[in-house]
Amino acid sequence: MLNSIISIINTTLMYSAPLVFGAMGGVLSECSGVINVGIEGMMTFGAFVGAGVGFYSQNPWFGLLAGGLAGALLAILHAIACVTFKADQTISGMALNFIGPGLALFLCRLFFNDMTMTDRVPNKLPKVFGSVDITVLIALLVTILLWFFLYKTKFGLRIRSVGENPAAADTLGINVSKVRYASVIMSGLLAGLGGSSMTLAVISQFTPTAISGQGFIALAAVIFGKWTPHGAYGACLLFAFAQALAVILGGGKIDVPSEILNMLPYVLTIIVLVLFVGKSMAPKANGKPYRKGTR
Amino acid sequence: MQTTVKILKRPFTSTLFAILCGLLVAGIILIVSGYDPIAALGALFRGIFSRPKYIFKVIEKSTPIILTGISVAFAFKTGLFNMGAEGQYIIGSVASMIVGVKLNLPPVIQIPMVILAGMLAGAIYGGLVGILKARFGIHEVITGIMFNWIAFYLCNFVVDSQIFHKPNTMRSLSINESGFTTLFYKWKNSKEGIEYLKHNKWLSDILLKTDVNIGIIVAIVVAIIVWFLLYKTTIGYGIRAVGLNSKAAEFAGIGVKRNIMAAMTISGAICGLAAALTITGTSPHAIFKLGMFENVGFNGLFVALIAHTSPIACILSGLFFGGLSYGGNALQMDLGVPSEIISITMGSILFFVSLTDVVPMLADRLAKRGNKNAK
Repeated sequence: MLNSIISIINTTLMYSAPLVFGAMGGVLSECSGVINVGIEGMMTFGAFVGAGVGFYSQNPWFGLLAGGLAGALLAILHAIACVTFKADQTISGMALNFIGPGLALFLCRLFFNDMTMTDRVPNKLPKVFGSVDITVLIALLVTILLWFFLYKTKFGLRIRSVGENPAAADTLGINVSKVRYASVIMSGLLAGLGGSSMTLAVISQFTPTAISGQGFIALAAVIFGKWTPHGAYGACLLFAFAQALAVILGGGKIDVPSEILNMLPYVLTIIVLVLFVGKSMAPKANGKPYRKGTR
Repeated sequence: MQTTVKILKRPFTSTLFAILCGLLVAGIILIVSGYDPIAALGALFRGIFSRPKYIFKVIEKSTPIILTGISVAFAFKTGLFNMGAEGQYIIGSVASMIVGVKLNLPPVIQIPMVILAGMLAGAIYGGLVGILKARFGIHEVITGIMFNWIAFYLCNFVVDSQIFHKPNTMRSLSINESGFTTLFYKWKNSKEGIEYLKHNKWLSDILLKTDVNIGIIVAIVVAIIVWFLLYKTTIGYGIRAVGLNSKAAEFAGIGVKRNIMAAMTISGAICGLAAALTITGTSPHAIFKLGMFENVGFNGLFVALIAHTSPIACILSGLFFGGLSYGGNALQMDLGVPSEIISITMGSILFFVSLTDVVPMLADRLAKRGNKNAK
């Protein structure tokens, strides 16, 4: 009994880390008023770059960092489109969901003998407390820092004010464009870290299915958690827990087809949303480009 | 001058501009990675147009994404982002398959039954998203994503179940022949038909190697119906009013909740239709065990966005998408260019489409400068 509880907790934490990174990226960007539906694409690109750099440099930490930077690189595109050109944020984000995986697989074929998966990285990221991935700890740390940053610092207040009422923020001398640029790029960095934490800690190589939907789940977690870091973290944990439960129960102990068990996380999420969470309130200016001089 | 400005302000012009820019980006990426972009473009064109078979294949592949595109575009008009199109498509294909296998009636009844089953399943699945949004305020993107995965596993469950699994394969049983909407099916499978086709190279190339079906005609009709529904009827007016300004609509007595549910139901039904047409129209007339999403619904998002959510334009953008993705295979085979360059191209095009405001903005500037010079 104790063993299965420990293994459920372990698996939950393992699945949660990449989601948490992605969700924190989403929270940051959307708090500043820029919708980021491109998390999936940024995560996939980060996952590839992380594994690729991790393989060639033989240092998983370089890989993790490179993955983050790769995500940030795509986020720069998103920021240019959404902030400078006042583009439709959903379209630009969806575009990244094509560009990210496309670039990842394209480059993968160029660097790894025309294969769509990388070789295994020689060194994975270390584990702490025996069996917990270090990325789990980093993810928790990022969540706490982001919470502190958004709610307890001057810069956080600026980000939130830009997301709620950019015109008011502008009149107070806050540079709306700069704040949004910084938030979106940091958001990409976090999403990239999420991707590379998948390929450097959970599995040890990049495959076309390494990131399959985690970015979208992270996006859902942002909304589920009502655009707060702690809420989104909880949503990720709940989701990962349901996934872990499906895996553990699928170990042959009970007689339910695995496909039905695999539905569990998704059904559970909807039930929790209906029963406990209810209406979601986005930051007011979320998704609206800011044009100077308009209300 | 005035006409130039007018032309530049058309959405069609900005889309063309976006496509050109997207191709340019892809070309630059190809040059940097050591391939010849002109040869690649040539191979792409040959892969789409050089044989009648290819053209028909493109049409066959485009049909479902035109429809999912229309579905997404329709939901967009109510201000809803139908991320769940993928799930509605999967559920539709599962329902069509089940009815197609279990029923065996004359084609006149069988075909409508199979198609209605798909549409109904899609409508319920989409409607559920609408209800959760309208009654409980749950964001349609979350429910869409969750429902996609539920449909994904449900599909695998049905494929693996004893009743529907075709032994030693990764797919379900095929539906009964009376449900096929493949055109000239009899020709292809009778001796006389094949004998006749042998003398006609063109026809045999098309008929024997592709599944020519009624899908594309249905897709075009649906596009027209949806356009009519949106712009010429009261229902469509309500749906658009809710999308443009839900508060004003509510004030004017248009039920926001009711319209959200209606829009999602119709949107889901169109996805289900796309699935049903695929099941009835293309071999092996069955559903497969999914390892990944097939992306028919997700690609519908692309199609709808490129079409600026106009249902009629979805036909063109769907064909464009189908052509690019089918022609991409030729790139890989002829030149060894990774076919992923196609997703990069599509992503870049979409990226430039998101910047569409830029072209009219430039046009305005051009007009101003013109006025200045005139003085």
